[in-house]
Amino acid sequence: MKYEAPETIDQAIDIYSKFNGSKKILAGGTDVLVQLRTDIVRPEMVMNIKKINSLHEFCIVDGYWKIGAAVSASKITKNTAFISEWPGIAEGVGLIGSTQIQNRATLVGNLSNASPAADGIPALVAANAKVEIVGQQGSRVKDVYSLIEGPGKLHLSKDEFITHILIPLQRDRSADCYLRFIPRTEMDIAVVGCGVNLSVKNQSISSAKIVLGAVGPKVIFADEAAELVLNSRLDKDVILKLQRMCEEIATPISDKRGSIRFRRQVAGVLAKRALQKAYARALEVS
Amino acid sequence: MAFDNVSAKSFKVVGTRPERPDGIEKVTGQARFGADAYLPGMLHGAILRSPHAHAKILSIDISALENDKSVKAVVTRNDFECNLTGEDWNILENIMAGEKALYDGHAIAAVACSSLLEAKDALKKIIVQYEILPHVTDVEEAMKENAPVIREGSARSSVPKGMHPNIVGYHESGHGDVEAGFKEADLILEENFRTEAAHQGYIEPHACLATMMPDGKGEVWCCTQGHFNVAKVCAKLLGSDASQIRVTASEIGGGFGGKTAVFIEPVALALSKKATHPVKIVMSRNEIFRATGPTSSTSMHVKIGMKKNGKITAAEGTFKLQGGAFPGSPMAESAMCAFAPYELDNVRSVGWDVMCNRPKQAAYRAPGSPMAAFAVESIIDEFCKRLKLDPIEVRLINAVTEGSKSSYGPKFQRIGLVETLEAAKSHPHYAAPIERGVGRGISCGFWFNFGGETCVSLALSEDGTASLSVGTPDIGGSRASMSQIVSEELNIPYEKVRATVADTATLGYNEISHGSRVTFATGLATIKAAQDMKKKLCLRAAKVWGLDEEAVYWEEGYVKPAGPNAGDHEPLSIADIAKTMGRTGGPIVGHYEASPEGAGVSFATHIVDAKVDKETGFTSIERYTVIQDAGKAIHPSYVEGQFQGGAAQGIGWALNEEYIYDKKGILQNAGFLDYRIPVASDLPKIDTEIIEVPNPGHPYGVRGVGETSICPPLAAIANAVSSSAGIRMKQLPMSPPKILEAMDDNNG
Ligand SMILES: Cc1cc2nc3c(=O)[nH]c(=O)nc-3n(C[C@H](O)[C@H](O)[C@H](O)COP(=O)(O)OP(=O)(O)OC[C@H]3O[C@@H](n4cnc5c(N)ncnc54)[C@H](O)[C@@H]3O)c2cc1C
Repeated sequence: MKYEAPETIDQAIDIYSKFNGSKKILAGGTDVLVQLRTDIVRPEMVMNIKKINSLHEFCIVDGYWKIGAAVSASKITKNTAFISEWPGIAEGVGLIGSTQIQNRATLVGNLSNASPAADGIPALVAANAKVEIVGQQGSRVKDVYSLIEGPGKLHLSKDEFITHILIPLQRDRSADCYLRFIPRTEMDIAVVGCGVNLSVKNQSISSAKIVLGAVGPKVIFADEAAELVLNSRLDKDVILKLQRMCEEIATPISDKRGSIRFRRQVAGVLAKRALQKAYARALEVS
Repeated sequence: MAFDNVSAKSFKVVGTRPERPDGIEKVTGQARFGADAYLPGMLHGAILRSPHAHAKILSIDISALENDKSVKAVVTRNDFECNLTGEDWNILENIMAGEKALYDGHAIAAVACSSLLEAKDALKKIIVQYEILPHVTDVEEAMKENAPVIREGSARSSVPKGMHPNIVGYHESGHGDVEAGFKEADLILEENFRTEAAHQGYIEPHACLATMMPDGKGEVWCCTQGHFNVAKVCAKLLGSDASQIRVTASEIGGGFGGKTAVFIEPVALALSKKATHPVKIVMSRNEIFRATGPTSSTSMHVKIGMKKNGKITAAEGTFKLQGGAFPGSPMAESAMCAFAPYELDNVRSVGWDVMCNRPKQAAYRAPGSPMAAFAVESIIDEFCKRLKLDPIEVRLINAVTEGSKSSYGPKFQRIGLVETLEAAKSHPHYAAPIERGVGRGISCGFWFNFGGETCVSLALSEDGTASLSVGTPDIGGSRASMSQIVSEELNIPYEKVRATVADTATLGYNEISHGSRVTFATGLATIKAAQDMKKKLCLRAAKVWGLDEEAVYWEEGYVKPAGPNAGDHEPLSIADIAKTMGRTGGPIVGHYEASPEGAGVSFATHIVDAKVDKETGFTSIERYTVIQDAGKAIHPSYVEGQFQGGAAQGIGWALNEEYIYDKKGILQNAGFLDYRIPVASDLPKIDTEIIEVPNPGHPYGVRGVGETSICPPLAAIANAVSSSAGIRMKQLPMSPPKILEAMDDNNG
């Protein structure tokens, strides 16, 4: 196995696109190293991107929060300006593993690993985040939702990799939230996850995105459920309808982590709770 | 000189909390565990495992490895002894399959290469042809008439004729007339209970480094609870002599009973013998779940009759335990422990040992007792609810005391169950108001404890310090406790004693560190060895002074002349005698070897507050209190640690831990991600209270403490959860999906 650790983006593009065998990008390695150890992947080349300075960027540029592919989860959960704007995205990142894992792990790695249960993805999708991609042909921008093909798969060509996540600045009177359900309190994998991003006007919800995780091969937009809560103040009957709707929208499988019935039920509960929390936050900022 | 009547009252060191002697190495990462040994020319072994739950092995083709230069040795069943019987045969059959693969993960062959990666690749080139057979993993299914047969002829003579061949053991105990007893009852409750297999979950994987010379001389470094047993088993399986295989126990990262069994050491030795190089094997977590022993899963039925005032009139239980593809599940222990806390006129307990296509069960803290307590104590809780009785009062009314006839036969000597219940009753936890939505659960638990073959040696150094060699791996702080005992006996500071776990060539046979026996048995041996040394110190002083043995005596670390007739000699300290011992008669060493009887049984009472989120089925443990009789706590911090550890493991077992098999009998959750032991944040602060009712069978009154602490939690938590959720939970684990399901079923 070959190990590369380029120090510039150009070198990285060159090395990555010219290598024809099986290859893996190594960011924090908290997915890759585990997969190597357990013989799930055995790439011929591994390219470490943590040595590339420009990928450690974490700042606001042209109306977007720009988070480099080498930025650790800990950096995100410690950035107070970012947290106050996107508490839900930060919540998702803050749920990944433990302190030790978060010191290594990256949000781009979480997204690129494309696990249906990834905690970083639902809130990113609810926020309408995008990624910047580079390859031999130059760079392009794509939204996170359509980047994901399915479990473990992204719509990227062989020579491409991600350099940054782009998150639009949060609108006024708006807030997001991410909640997940696990049978323990931490160090576990989401049985269901739910990201919500909403805006309020005169105490009523004026726009909402509800995104369910771990209940399908990729994240699910619960648009019909989101429509239900528009112009509402989350009264009891609205909440009940929303809960039932999310139970129906979820398309989970039955496995060792829970039955279809259980996951649908919890999807409804989480959507309710995430919505209530995001709503309360939005009222607070407005 | 009589040293036998030690005053149990005036301890100086015993009962204090000195720093642990293994602390610095452990917190700085320098302690050497099983995988931390290296030798020049060392190879790495890897084991090929069955992907099927039950299959005939038609052929094992290793021809692809024959010209592979990276492969230094390959072994299969043919490389081990062939004339074994009984448990020796069972162990061999478990660590290397013979004619059939008996469970998912059963070892089929092993290789040794220069690197682990090469070894793993080599395994992929071995071609095994299987004929897949029908399988069974459920204890009830395995007993049915048409169940696939694991192995004919495995049943013990206790099993009635005409039973299914998977039923391999039967146990019955009790006394009185249960039918008559039930007639006297005002209320009879009976119920079925199920529990899933739970793994001990030790963090350190099994690991060993083994060397075997062509002449049969072997050396093994491994993490184990019993290295003498490793030597014995390896010798049998390889046709060598136990004395020729020297085993050294590494530091151990948890065992909880699971490291009393032998899995990889004979394989590493067999590989080493062929390769003529040292071979290291380290199990992956996946292998640990699939091929080492969890405790049994169970199906139980319990029926109890009670008077309106809470007095039990009769109790009856049936305990079916599967122990994997081999006989030996702890069903007799379940049956014997189930009703042990209660004084019953009429009681009957039956146990069934059943084989399934699962890994061979291994001991797990108080094997069999926690599950039985879950069934019995759940029913007692239900009585309390229906008859509106206080759960502690009901248990006090029925509690066994000194002289009670136990449900399993013998009369109890002095015991401390009532003391734990009284302490629970007056504990602030029991008095605290119960918040809305929270349920409180109570349970008692019982374990026998044990003695066993024990041998220690205590050597005096020239500078007056002492070196203690024990043969029981330190799995719970025993080096600290043993050093305290030596310090207490010899009147030298704790820091001047070093306790070492000696290898198998250094001491006589020591039984495994199990059965909560070490502080009792090794502790007793250490007291006796220290007394032996004191006697020798007296003799030596007498010799120096030219006196008879009777003319000197031991007091507070000095040998003194006994009275004016003996002459006017300055008392001699240990250090004085040690300094000149080379010239006055040679080394001074205290010994003791025996199989001490007199282990004292112990009881515990636990109090738990749990809160169930009724929308998701998630349970949080809000408060937990362990009250247990330790007899005498040598090092109270370690005792508290054992209490808390039992509760922590019980919380995992009760709430989330389980073996999940798919339709093909393949284990679905062979890793810590989906086999959910509790993480630190799942646990509340676990409060402890040590009760000390001395065990009359030990000079200091010590009982074991390691196992009793895991007996009450399953029931106590189930009682708390049932109360919070408003339904009786009769199946473990009470994971969120199962709680929601039970609540749904209850709502119709
Ligand atoms: C103990 C433990 C607990 C965990 N808990 C959680 C949890 O609670 N929730 C959760 O969601 N995850 C969890 N994870 C998974 C993992 O930590 C996260 O997915 C993490 O965010 C991955 O980031 P990384 O930088 O370590 O990725 P890496 O392992 O470096 O990479 C992950 C994948 O993304 C690819 N990749 C990385 N960077 C790029 C890039 N720039 N362009 C294209 N592809 C790229 C890699 O090739 C690889 O396939 C846990 C892992 C461990 C070991």
